[in-house]
Amino acid sequence: MLGQDSAIDVYRQALPVILVSLVAGLFSGTLLGTEAMREGIESVPGILLLLPAFLATRGGVYGSLGARLSSGLHQGLIDPHFEWNDRLRNAIVASFLNGMIVSVFIAVLSWGVSLVLSREANLLELLIVLIVAALLSAFAMLGVLLTVIFKGYRRGLDPDNVIGPVVTTVGDVFGVVFLLIGISVAGVVL
Amino acid sequence: MSAGGDGGRRDESAEEISEEWTVSGIVSTLVPLLLALSILQMVSGTVLESFEEQLLAYPSLLVLVPVMIGTAGNLGSIMCARLSTQLHLGTLEFSPTNTDIRANVGAVIGLAATVFVLLGFAAWGIGRVLGGSLGLGTLLVITIVSGMLLAIWVVLVSTVSVYLSYRLGYDPDDTTIPVVTNVCDITGVLILFGVVTVVL
Repeated sequence: MLGQDSAIDVYRQALPVILVSLVAGLFSGTLLGTEAMREGIESVPGILLLLPAFLATRGGVYGSLGARLSSGLHQGLIDPHFEWNDRLRNAIVASFLNGMIVSVFIAVLSWGVSLVLSREANLLELLIVLIVAALLSAFAMLGVLLTVIFKGYRRGLDPDNVIGPVVTTVGDVFGVVFLLIGISVAGVVL
Repeated sequence: MSAGGDGGRRDESAEEISEEWTVSGIVSTLVPLLLALSILQMVSGTVLESFEEQLLAYPSLLVLVPVMIGTAGNLGSIMCARLSTQLHLGTLEFSPTNTDIRANVGAVIGLAATVFVLLGFAAWGIGRVLGGSLGLGTLLVITIVSGMLLAIWVVLVSTVSVYLSYRLGYDPDDTTIPVVTNVCDITGVLILFGVVTVVL
């Protein structure tokens, strides 16, 4: 019974998930701390400002897609294999749009906040960085999420239990790498 | 990051109304929430930005940031999910002598202690490799002090918000997890850099 768990029971049950998120956080933290990323942070003002919002957004967008697909599988609304039908297509297109809309908004927002704090920031540069990072994130996250959910479901895994750790781990690691790629693209274009 | 579960939660409640998955339906439900969330996250962004010099000088501190954000939200969602389930089961009583509350608090503190001690060692090791100069002692003080403050803060925020939600007549399952995970994510960064300012 959940209501009668002792502190040690709760600790034991929660520890694996917390440790997975620790390892994922250390991965993305290590990437953040690399020489290349530190140079990127230094060369593009506003990157640290938008970092928490960028990471949180991808959790929101793809976590909710995962939850939707998982509920859809349980309800029998979609089949556990990739099939280009209306329902699945709408869910994927919508999460792609969500990711792009919010990323553009974050670029403009962090530019605005920089202005208010009278720090330098280049709107075009931030837009390029975030659009590149959001596009790459969309491809990577959609690919990983669909594979894990469909393959997992066919093998008897409840997707509800795997989406959280998958989105966190893959999202944080890819997120930082894609920001870095966005920074180099902006450097080449501008 | 903890926000993943929140979006799904909100989405599922919308789904009870309609099982049609339309692009405009999904976008119009989720985008306003994500925009609001991004505005909130600018608070932690501003803190990070104002510590840019220290973060670039000490890569170990950059290593700490994603873990701090993630763990804060995770602990908050565990605490809230348990409290609201216990509320629904009728076993919850808002009193420090209540055994359920004690078990939750004990578990959150134990989890925080485990994660933040490990984090101190890991950030030190990784920082070494990345060319940082912060000592193991300093990093352990930073991670343990901020981790324990965070655990206490998570317990307080979760308990108060489940209680308020219940008093105001909202199901805490729907309201508290999105609010608490985001509040904890943001205050996690504030606590970390508060401690960094004192220690360094």
